[in-house]
Amino acid sequence: MGKKTPLYDAHAEAGAKIVDFGGWDMPLHYGSQLEEHHVVRQEAGAFDVSHMTVVDVTGAGALEFLRHLLANDVARLKEAGKALYSCMLNHNGCVIDDLITYYLGPDRYRVVVNAATRDKDIAWINEQAGSFDVDVSERPELAMIAVQGPKARELAANVLAEEWRDKALALKPFYALEADDLFIARTGYTGEDGWEIVMPAEQATDLWNRFVDVGIRPCGLGARDTLRLEAGMNLYGSDMDETISPLEAGLGWTLAWDPEERDFIGRGPLTEMRANKGRHQFAGLLLEGKGVLRDHMRVVVEGVGDGEITSGGFSPTLQRSIAMARIPAGDYDRAQVEVRNKLLDVRVVKMPFVRNGKAQIEI
Amino acid sequence: MSELPGDLKYTNEHEWLRQEEDGTVTIGITDHAQSALGDLVYVELPEIGLEVEAGGEMAVVESVKAASDVYAPISGEVVAVNEDLADDPEKINADAYGDGWIVRMKPSGDGETMTPDEYQAFLDELED
Repeated sequence: MGKKTPLYDAHAEAGAKIVDFGGWDMPLHYGSQLEEHHVVRQEAGAFDVSHMTVVDVTGAGALEFLRHLLANDVARLKEAGKALYSCMLNHNGCVIDDLITYYLGPDRYRVVVNAATRDKDIAWINEQAGSFDVDVSERPELAMIAVQGPKARELAANVLAEEWRDKALALKPFYALEADDLFIARTGYTGEDGWEIVMPAEQATDLWNRFVDVGIRPCGLGARDTLRLEAGMNLYGSDMDETISPLEAGLGWTLAWDPEERDFIGRGPLTEMRANKGRHQFAGLLLEGKGVLRDHMRVVVEGVGDGEITSGGFSPTLQRSIAMARIPAGDYDRAQVEVRNKLLDVRVVKMPFVRNGKAQIEI
Repeated sequence: MSELPGDLKYTNEHEWLRQEEDGTVTIGITDHAQSALGDLVYVELPEIGLEVEAGGEMAVVESVKAASDVYAPISGEVVAVNEDLADDPEKINADAYGDGWIVRMKPSGDGETMTPDEYQAFLDELED
């Protein structure tokens, strides 16, 4: 048996199919992964993401420390509540984890990292914090629920204390606010509008049940994965890891090169990689015919070379198979993927595949 | 889990077989199999006329989660395939023993099958 979130009993009671995810017993789906996917694209779904790790970084050296630790530049966060997506790199310029940092106020930052990478992340952060005037505190007593979908905010607002409703609804994308015990962020991992809400663990079940009562459907990690794939959002461990740089994972946009004097971990090797122009590019694939693209399948670009699918699956919105892939650099829009010894035609497309309920590519 | 239909035979690859009156055998995957796979999104059907040996690969069912081979539980010739599955693979999730049938074969040789009770016992053992 794995670790359980405070919502485990609620999932079991709701008939969830429970699977192991990074050492946690998590709901895969509550009956139909496809239905849950469509609910989030069209209405509102709730995800238990309490397995994710919340780390608060505080102290006079917090800004300076995070500017060294992260490849994106936390100094860009000027307003309280503003969030920033970033990679945390090793000394080779490859990815230890991807994370979101929230600026809570002077000398106070909140970092949310992945569940499966928790141990190594905490160890790395503490190791790097050594010479800085910071306090790094993991917050295992907190739970986290994501409500996602076009109706998610409007429905979830009914559950909030009245004094916070308008303020929460007024949050701009990628901003958060502290509302008494709750931390409400307009962020997510589905390509839809919504909130990610952090709360004390003992309040999680009550909040979850109230979200369900106002019409937000419980959704499992299965739908979360197809939603993020359609949204063109990377999954750590599949699309990038400690041997892959952000430049080879479509995450170049998260690297803050200016100011030049900012000495973030991995900057040296990353600068070299950038100058040498990588041999790979990261792109989306759309399967032309029937079938399903899967992780690790070989991509064949005639006359150019081979690549590999990093995340593949079926897109419930497009009703076609899609994938994210690391493929040879070059200017081409057709390729093939080896599926059970057959080469199937794919189109190379710009991601995302789907955003805010709508297809972003032509089928 | 629903009760197993009593008129079918089963395999340890989680397929079911129904003996038809015309001598052919209809084959699908069990409710246990569809439930373990999750929502199905694609079924690769064999060509009609394909001759297969018991245990040979015959079809592929793909769910949101994974691809899974369907093996021929008996030897014989494929005489019909469920064309509806091309557009509606989820028929297997909705009705594994009925509308979700996969192929019909003209048998030329037996394979190893189980009675409903034996298959139930096999499933119970998997649960433990």
